[in-house]
Amino acid sequence: MNSPLLTAEGIGRNFGALIAVDAVSFTVVQGQIHAIIGPNGAGKTTLFNIISGLVPASQGMLRFQDREITGLPPFRRATIGISRTFQNIRIFPDMSVLENVLTGMSPILRQPVWSLLLRLPAARREEAAAKQEGLRLLEKVGLHAQANARAADLSYGDQRRLEIARALAARPKLLLLDEPAAGMNPTETVGLLSLLQELRKDGLTLLLVEHDMGFVMGLSDRITVLNFGRVIADGAPGAIRRDPQVIEAYLGAKVAARLAAEAAKAGAPP
Amino acid sequence: MLGQQLFNALVLGSVYALFSLGFTLVFGVVRVVNLLYGFYFAVGAFIALFLATLAHVPLWLAAPLGAIGAGGIAAILDGALLTPLRAAKAPELSALIVTLGGVLLFISCLTLAFGTEIRRFPAELLDWPAFQWGGVAISPLQIVIIVTAMVMVSALFFFIEKTRQGTAIRALAENPDVAALMGVNVGRAMAMTSFAAGTLSGAAGILIGLNFNAVHPYMGESMMLRGFVVIIVGGLGDIRGALLAGLALGFAEVLTAAYISSDFKEAVTFSVLVLTLWIRPSGLFGKASVKRA
Amino acid sequence: MWEMLDDLFYAYQDLFYGLGVNAILALSMYAVVSLGQLSLGQAAFMGIGAYVGAVVTVKLGLPFGLSLTAAMIAPAIVAALVGIPTLRLTGVYLAIATIGLGEVLRILYLNSDYLGGALGFSGIPEKANGWIIYGLLALILSGFLIITRSRVGRACEAIRQDEDAARVMGINVTLYKMTGLILSAALAGLGGALNAHFSSFISPGEFGFETAVAILSYAVLGGVATPLGPVIGAFLLTALPELLRSLHEFRGIFNGLIIVLVMIFLPKGLLGWRVRRTG
Repeated sequence: MNSPLLTAEGIGRNFGALIAVDAVSFTVVQGQIHAIIGPNGAGKTTLFNIISGLVPASQGMLRFQDREITGLPPFRRATIGISRTFQNIRIFPDMSVLENVLTGMSPILRQPVWSLLLRLPAARREEAAAKQEGLRLLEKVGLHAQANARAADLSYGDQRRLEIARALAARPKLLLLDEPAAGMNPTETVGLLSLLQELRKDGLTLLLVEHDMGFVMGLSDRITVLNFGRVIADGAPGAIRRDPQVIEAYLGAKVAARLAAEAAKAGAPP
Repeated sequence: MLGQQLFNALVLGSVYALFSLGFTLVFGVVRVVNLLYGFYFAVGAFIALFLATLAHVPLWLAAPLGAIGAGGIAAILDGALLTPLRAAKAPELSALIVTLGGVLLFISCLTLAFGTEIRRFPAELLDWPAFQWGGVAISPLQIVIIVTAMVMVSALFFFIEKTRQGTAIRALAENPDVAALMGVNVGRAMAMTSFAAGTLSGAAGILIGLNFNAVHPYMGESMMLRGFVVIIVGGLGDIRGALLAGLALGFAEVLTAAYISSDFKEAVTFSVLVLTLWIRPSGLFGKASVKRA
Repeated sequence: MWEMLDDLFYAYQDLFYGLGVNAILALSMYAVVSLGQLSLGQAAFMGIGAYVGAVVTVKLGLPFGLSLTAAMIAPAIVAALVGIPTLRLTGVYLAIATIGLGEVLRILYLNSDYLGGALGFSGIPEKANGWIIYGLLALILSGFLIITRSRVGRACEAIRQDEDAARVMGINVTLYKMTGLILSAALAGLGGALNAHFSSFISPGEFGFETAVAILSYAVLGGVATPLGPVIGAFLLTALPELLRSLHEFRGIFNGLIIVLVMIFLPKGLLGWRVRRTG
């Protein structure tokens, strides 16, 4: 069946006395869209930083395609197929849109420096192919017309798309998306939703952190819920929606109890 | 003999600590490695020198005036050069570059005005006989240096920990945005910091100028290297660290000069710097805010 | 007509060579600043190259090509040693370590009798000429311009704008920074050796703080959006004080002032517009 792509086993991270992530374990299955949700401060972004290698884990182990990657430096993770976007959109502001995407392509551009320096035919071919591929990616996210615009001049929604295009440039196997819908209006969100579904159809595995419940519920195959750095639930969207612990985490104990009581009175699952 | 060396080390070390204190303070608060510091060092010495020689101001008055003068100049120049960059939210290395250009500019002006020859304090002013104490020759000047350094360092600690302005400055060092929101007058706190640091640097310049009886525009240059080592070993922004590391460096230098070779002093200093960066870059007390690749 | 040019050339020969060498030094600065790093060791590395080159030519009697090669390798090794601990850290540490290096080396030169001590190293044969200097400059400059338009140039720019994002994109930031530092040291060493071989004389004071700041000012004035920036900066800042004779003594003031004014009013330098980085 579908094999596990990324496995987190007992990942923990503390900053001094502050425990940001506590014994988190979950599995991302290949070809699925897996979401990590939880209230603010639950440790989601820290977890993402650990998976992409920008922050080292204090405990635990990370596996990617059966290979342990816990101590692997961030740039190597990109080479083995893990790509990511950032919560606060970190495109390269002064470069053009196309250049941003081409930068993302670094792991698969293999011509050595001396070949580049001498402008050998192989190097020139690779650069031309790269530009074509870059334009194709921009077309996929709908930014083809702005290929030569300055990245910082783009609208917020377009910058998000650019970041996704850049993350796709190296043909990753796993794409980490940190709050991709943040700051987007409903129209942009719908566009993003269809883009992500298209990516899943292309065979990409997605792991996203998100706040927007509607977005997550409609999109994901599997959801892991974090609270105070710990996993409190893990399963299909339907089950998560009804999970009392999740409801309590988001809405508080009183509301959770009230909802549970109402459900019991109605006598049937909501 | 060892006793003599240790005493000399104490003298030198206290001045290094004094100098580095202001340097590290500025880094902690303004977040800039301010190379103009080397200029304020020389300026303090020059002002004191001219007051003593030309205006015939007694030394006990000329010295503090020189230090305060340096502080005032520091508040003005730091403000003029660093404020526009802060306003434009320039990256932190830009500030270092500006102070680099600035120190070259101002020291060159100093050289242009006064020439590079070494000037000396008038001999009568320094003609205090040394006395013996347990086999160690001690000059009253050296006592004055140690005491002055200690007093100024304590004054700084008191100011930073106990006064309102000092607290404002500490708040600024901790978190500039929150401090501003809490009503700290950022501009004024920065000016105070520059003034305090400049005064310390000028005072250190005067003390060194008196100790070796030599004043010239480039005297701050070799001091800066020592300043770097001290603030890194002590931890960037940490004033206890600067104090300890300053003293330690004084000892290391004097003992190296005495028992190995005087030529190797700087090499030892630099090696300490590289070793620290290699093994423990955050220094003795620094926060571990050094990035790991 | 040719005679007049000949005379003109002869009078301004040193300036002509100096321009070329300073342009090479400016490019050595570009190699690090384009990565967003502030290394102030150019003068120190230049000094190492000058002395090593002079020793190879004068004391070892070997051909010029070998002097130049040795002059590039020696500072590169030192740069690697300094770089290893400091590159892991934030930029301030590299700046400090490189300033410190310059100071320490200056003292070493002053105290070394083998290298002529305070009196300097004299009697170096004039083996550098316009063809060699400008030929090397052209080669190096074109190399930089070509690389800028490739994936390497993009990677450098990415590192300068956002290091962590660059890492996540698969760029080995540490390798790039180390390479940039070593390359800059080698180029500075080359500049130093070429300088030594046309002025015939090395003085230990040449490679101190003032020179380091001067080299920085080329990059600050010209901007680092393109490799041409520092080169133009070098030409302007070298030629102006020479041609306006009276400014000669004011060189320190001039360079310092330029840096201060440019950083405050024109932070991107003169050549602010970028060259595109696609080939």
